[in-house]
Amino acid sequence: MDLRRVVVTGVGSVSPFGMGAELLFESLRAQKSSVRGVPELAHITGLRTGVAALVPGIDPKEIPRKYRRSMSNMSIYATLAAQEAISQGRVTEKELQSGNTGVAIGSTVGSPIATHRFYEEFLPTKSLETTRATFFFQIMNHSCAANVVQAFGIKGRMLAPSAACSTGCQAIGYGYEMIACGKQTMMLCGGADEFHPLTAATFDIINASSVKYNERPAETPRPFDQDRDGVVCGEGAGILLLESLDSAKSRNAPILAEIIGFATLSDPTNLADPNADSIEACVRKVLAEASVQSKEIDYISAHATGTILGDIAESEAIRRVFGDRTPTSSLKGHLGHTMAASGAIETIATITMMRRGTLIPTLHLDKIDPLCQNIWHLREALDKPVRTILKNNFALGGINSCIILRRYEDD
Amino acid sequence: MTDEEAIDLINTSLAEEFELEMTRMTPQAHLRDDLGLDSLDRVDMVIVLQNAFKFKIREEEEIRAITTLGDIHAFVLAKLHAAQRPIA
Repeated sequence: MDLRRVVVTGVGSVSPFGMGAELLFESLRAQKSSVRGVPELAHITGLRTGVAALVPGIDPKEIPRKYRRSMSNMSIYATLAAQEAISQGRVTEKELQSGNTGVAIGSTVGSPIATHRFYEEFLPTKSLETTRATFFFQIMNHSCAANVVQAFGIKGRMLAPSAACSTGCQAIGYGYEMIACGKQTMMLCGGADEFHPLTAATFDIINASSVKYNERPAETPRPFDQDRDGVVCGEGAGILLLESLDSAKSRNAPILAEIIGFATLSDPTNLADPNADSIEACVRKVLAEASVQSKEIDYISAHATGTILGDIAESEAIRRVFGDRTPTSSLKGHLGHTMAASGAIETIATITMMRRGTLIPTLHLDKIDPLCQNIWHLREALDKPVRTILKNNFALGGINSCIILRRYEDD
Repeated sequence: MTDEEAIDLINTSLAEEFELEMTRMTPQAHLRDDLGLDSLDRVDMVIVLQNAFKFKIREEEEIRAITTLGDIHAFVLAKLHAAQRPIA
C-alpha cells in the first residue's frame, strides 16, 4: 500500500506559560520555569508535594456557552489550542466539516475536577437532584475530543487515545497513520489535561513526585540532574494539525514539519518502572519506521520527567542507540509534566526549535547524575541547522511512544 | 414573594445560568428558537428553578409542554399560588 506523506500545518498550545505556541517557545528560550507553589496542596494529608505547573490567564468565555457548558478545564484548553492550530493552518469551515477532517485528542482520565465536584455533592446527600445535564460530558474519557468536534463542527473520525503521559504522542501518531493510509485528509491531534490534587497524588503515592523543593518551586523538576527528586505535575493542551502533503500543497498551507515515523510499544516488564530495554526497542522501531539511521537524528527531545528511575532508563536507552553524538534535552524543567498534553506541547516546541535552528537546553541540569551520563546533554542553547528530530513520550502503565519529524523540504 | 418578584427571579436566574442578556428575557421568547436552549439546557433549567424557589418540579408533566419563557412564568406562579392556598 502506498502511504501518503504527512505534514504539520498548524500548532496550538495552552501551556503553563499561557496561551499560544509563540509564547511557549519564547518562554522556553528565555529559560523560564512555569512551576509554582500551590498552597492548597498543603491541606491534603499525606500529599508531600506542594508544587505544580498551572495554566495562567485563560478566558474560557472565548468559547461560546453552547460549547463551553460541557467542558471542564481540559476541554477548554484543548479547544483553545485547536483554535490556534486551525487558524495557523488556515483551515476553512467547509474543510473542517467535510468528513475528511478528524480528531485524535486524548487525556489521562475524564475531568477529575468535575468528578470531584459530583461526589462532593452526591456523597453527603445521596441525591442526584442537583446533577447537571452536562456533567457526564465532562467526565467521559473522550471529553476533549468530543468537545473539540462540537466546537468546530468536525465530521470526520474521532479518536480519544488514553495512554496516560504517552497520550500526546500516541494521538499524533495515530492521526499520522490515519492520514498516511488515506482514511482522513486532516487530523487535529494531541492531548490535554487539567490539574487536580489527585494527579499529583498519583505520583506522590508511588514516591515519584518532587517533594523537596516546595519552598523553591522554580528549581524543580530537574531532569537528569543529580539532585532531582521527581515529577512536577502540570496541565495544558497541545494540538497539531496534521495533513496529507498533497492537501497542504493544494491549498498553500504553511508546512511546519513532516512526520516521517511513529512507533508505540507496550512494556510488560512493569506497570510503573521505566525499562531501558523497552525504551530502546521503541526508539529502534521508530528509526526503522522512518527509515533513518541514528546518526541522522539531529536532536532528541527526551521524555525525562525528573524521576530517579525514568531518567536513568531513558538516558541508558539513548546511550545505547546514539552514544554521545546527539544533542538531547528535556523540557520538563521549564514546563513540569503536562501529562497527556506533554507529548504534544513538547513536539510543538521541538518543531519551532527545528524551524529556528535553536535547541533549548534542559533547565536545572547543574550536576549530571552519573547514572545519566555518556549522552550529549544540552546544558546551554545550541544554534545549529536541525533537519531530523526524535520525540520521546512514555507513560505509567507500560506505554512507550516515539515520533520522528523532519524539516519539510520540497522535492 | 409577589408575582413580579417571582418573574424577576426566574428571569435573572435563567439569564445568569445561560448567559443571556436580560433584554431577551421576554414572555414571548421561545426557549429553543429565541434563547437557543436545547434538551440539555432544559434539564439544567429545572435545576436552576428548583434551587431558586426551593420546590421540586422535575417530575411534573406540565414542564414538558413549556415552550416559551412566558410558559415558565405561568407554571412557576401557579406552583407558588398553589403552595400559598390554604388546604380545604
